[in-house]
Amino acid sequence: MENRDHKYPKSSIFKPLRVLKYLFKKPVSHPMNRIFTQKNADYLNQNNLLLKNHLKDSSPRTAPDNLRGFHVNDWEKCIGCATCEDICPTQAIEMVPRHDLPLEAGKLQQRPVIDYGRCCFCALCVDTCTTGSLQMTKEYVFGDSNPESFKLMPIETWQNEDVALGYQKTEVTDLLDLKRVDMEHIQPSERIKSYIEVVRGYSKEFAKQEAARCVECGVCTSSCPVQMHIPDYIKAIWEDDIEGGLKIVYETNPLPGVCGRVCTHNCETACAIAVRGEAIAIRWLKRYIIDSAPDEMYEKIFNEPVSEVIDARVAIAGSGPSSLSTAYYLRSLGYHVDVFEKNERPGGVMSYGAPEYRLPDEAVEKDIRFIQKIGVNIHTSTEVGKDITLDKLHQDYDAVFLGTGFFTARKLNIPGSDHKDVMGAMDFLPLTRDFARGNLKLDDLNVKPSVVVVGGGDVAFDVARNVTRIQIQKYGKADVKLTALESLDILPGSDDEYIEGNEEGISCFLGYGPQEVVIENGIIKGLKVHKCLRVFDENGRFNPVFDHDQETILEGEQVFFSVGQAPDYTYISDPFKDQVTYERGKIKANESGQIKGLDWLFVGGDIFRGPDIITAVSDGHRAAVAIDDYLYNKAKKKELNDYVNEIREAVKFNNPDLSLRPERKRTLK
Amino acid sequence: MKEMKLFLGPQHPGMHGNASVHLFVDGDIIKRSYLLPGMLHRGFEKQMERKLWVNNIALIPRVCVPEPDINEMSFACAAEKLLKLEIPERAHWIRMIILELARISAHLMAYGGLGGPTGNYTLMYHAHVDRNLILDIFEKITGARVYHQYIVIGGVRMDLPQGIDKDIRDFLDGLESRIGEYRDLGIDSASIIKRIKDTIMLPESVVWELGVTGIGMRSATDKPYDLRKVMPYARYDQVEFDVPTSNYSDARARLDIKIKEVVQSIRIIRQCLDKMPEGEVRVKPGRGQSMRWTVPKGYVYAPVESSRGEFGYYMVSNGGTSPWRVGVRGASYPQGLLGVEKYLPGTRIDDAALWIDTMGICSPEIDR
Repeated sequence: MENRDHKYPKSSIFKPLRVLKYLFKKPVSHPMNRIFTQKNADYLNQNNLLLKNHLKDSSPRTAPDNLRGFHVNDWEKCIGCATCEDICPTQAIEMVPRHDLPLEAGKLQQRPVIDYGRCCFCALCVDTCTTGSLQMTKEYVFGDSNPESFKLMPIETWQNEDVALGYQKTEVTDLLDLKRVDMEHIQPSERIKSYIEVVRGYSKEFAKQEAARCVECGVCTSSCPVQMHIPDYIKAIWEDDIEGGLKIVYETNPLPGVCGRVCTHNCETACAIAVRGEAIAIRWLKRYIIDSAPDEMYEKIFNEPVSEVIDARVAIAGSGPSSLSTAYYLRSLGYHVDVFEKNERPGGVMSYGAPEYRLPDEAVEKDIRFIQKIGVNIHTSTEVGKDITLDKLHQDYDAVFLGTGFFTARKLNIPGSDHKDVMGAMDFLPLTRDFARGNLKLDDLNVKPSVVVVGGGDVAFDVARNVTRIQIQKYGKADVKLTALESLDILPGSDDEYIEGNEEGISCFLGYGPQEVVIENGIIKGLKVHKCLRVFDENGRFNPVFDHDQETILEGEQVFFSVGQAPDYTYISDPFKDQVTYERGKIKANESGQIKGLDWLFVGGDIFRGPDIITAVSDGHRAAVAIDDYLYNKAKKKELNDYVNEIREAVKFNNPDLSLRPERKRTLK
Repeated sequence: MKEMKLFLGPQHPGMHGNASVHLFVDGDIIKRSYLLPGMLHRGFEKQMERKLWVNNIALIPRVCVPEPDINEMSFACAAEKLLKLEIPERAHWIRMIILELARISAHLMAYGGLGGPTGNYTLMYHAHVDRNLILDIFEKITGARVYHQYIVIGGVRMDLPQGIDKDIRDFLDGLESRIGEYRDLGIDSASIIKRIKDTIMLPESVVWELGVTGIGMRSATDKPYDLRKVMPYARYDQVEFDVPTSNYSDARARLDIKIKEVVQSIRIIRQCLDKMPEGEVRVKPGRGQSMRWTVPKGYVYAPVESSRGEFGYYMVSNGGTSPWRVGVRGASYPQGLLGVEKYLPGTRIDDAALWIDTMGICSPEIDR
């Protein structure tokens, strides 16, 4: 075979002369003095590491705009979520605890340290940073003889200098999913016709998609009153392990079905994804676990033996979230627990406060059924203070827990507020629940065709939306006005309520203070309101100021006040009445709810801490532990006393009084 | 005479990368030889199983250092096939620009590598200057000079920066004008021709025996087997280019084809710059944050044409967040490992470095 086109090239005698042109060409490569910064040059000069003429004048080249150089980290923005540590392919990033940082909600006291001996400058940490605090610079030269100095904790500056930023995260390079998977809601026009649950819940596919957005940082856990293991159960959903998720949920929360619907979700406020995007729908994911766990799965989990049975009895007054939480955990510890509820149904605020369209009975019943399943006795229609006294409970039980809640409506003391068509929220909401259950007829409810609701919290929206539904059924159309002191930016109610309320046709008049219920001929004509200039004073105290020139009358034939609820302590009867002290309507007790002077009496929920269900559940945690401690110590003390007495007896028997000993005579015979 | 053992590499001007060839010589003639490639990065396949789909892109470019982008391309193509993911049109064209620039850079390195064993360092310096200019372009586009981590599952990491079009065209014009110089300095230089002509042969029978692809195969068999033509990926079916071949594979023929391929690559990049549409450059492979991206169950082989031949990833996914199994078909495996053992013996010591250089050998992709 011949090489077809490999002939010797034609050559010329002048060919070598062509090289002369290279004498005049500019070098293309980067000379030394353009690579090093002045700082590097100084360092190398000091240590005689390079020839001095190499570094006479350092004029470093400008790196391109998206160079992946050394990191900087804005500590103001950084929340210590450790997502950079998780994604780092070389495990170069390590989170280091910094307890000197302030403890803030939504922030962890740790910051990343990068080992530049391992870092490969891939910038995945920058792309995945939840807050955008971690960025890269154009700096790429760093020299030092000490290997330890290559482990750096990035701060806002590089080597104490402000430097130009290099590689930046953009929407294209972002590795997080900032958009929440849409939750299906029943259409407003459809849902106001009945008490159908507004939020449909996630399907399996959507729940997995939503769960896939979580970065497992755990910022949520530290902001949850009961410290639920949120990243763990979200991961279980993502792995399609409902049973594992259910177990994790029940470790910290015995009312997940309820909390999956009406929790105030501090976790979502703290969520790391929420810094730049929409928070993970933690509440709805929890609900997904409960909704998709079949009863057999519950049976399997609840049939696992939990602990020994302890011969001690605890009575619980009220069956709201704090009471049921206490009952669940005490029963899990092995105590006999009796819960006393004055109403026909257990659940307290869950069964008689929250509206049916947000928290249907089935969800409440499901949670309570499994609390009963582990052996908690719930005695309904038994009111403490009436059917059974507190004193009796004290005698029959070793410890008593009070979780009776705030069930009395509060009204504003303005002219006309004593009219019979002026109602408080807590007088009205229990009726709506009974109506939704079919226990009350439409005519039994006193709802007029046009209604004004006063209040800006979730409860006010509950009232307004309930009224809308009843009006639609009763009159075919709804007319509800809602007025609150607070403007939209400081509205205490949640965004969901405001949005959904507006969708359902509630007209909101925010930033107005009620002055008078206008009554003509014994019939309410409307509510006179004045513009509210500010709600809180400079010290942050509630101290509204009105502009009395700006007056409006909101027309309506009925007024509902939803301006807070009050407790009813009449059942705390005589022998203990004086020993219980109060502070702003709440009972004073130590951290775990134990009342000073009455060691056997514990409190929780609205009457102790408030204000929401999840905090009540956390009260249950603390109370259960405290009651257990109390009873254990009591038993130990008794055991110790018995033991000491026994020893005394034994000593007495074996060593009777010497004076009683018969005298023995010594004989020599 | 007794056999003597010599080490060619890992530190030797004629050696590519940190591989070592153990030579058993009798006089000037190599009697036995074998390759010891594991002195650079190794064990990739196992490591890839332990890394997520998303952060594997930091590892895979290291499978071939002079031309890292083929790894990213093969990995991304494989995952996209399993995901049945349609990537944006613009991303295809950007990928082609990156791949062709990488091909030029790898060819220049190999061609300049001729300077080491032949003592013609001028050639090597010139080649490295041009390669350096390519790295400058890479730095502007991707943010890094060598390990770009730019071609990702779903497209490319980010769009091209402003004004890069002009930079690339200027560079291509300059390189094109210097092609003649490269020929003069290398394969057309009388002193070098003496070293490379009619020596270090690669007969057609050896190509079939070992499974050599790429320039080795095209130079020996006259068959235009180029994956960009026979199994087009990206948008290679929409650009015009020739596949240079030859029917006589000595060292000079292979180097000649390298230079010709550089010219073809320049042609391709210019067409890409002209035809490239505007638009998106990246789609996400699924919902959720990147550490929870999964790839459906299945297995796939995604080959691309590297500067050394057919390079591909065989990947198995079990539906998880990491590949279940990855097999790398390193383009230089046949000639690099088997060829060195079987066909390097019989040549002279001074040919060994040229043998390694012109056959196209990259040690990490052999010991992956």
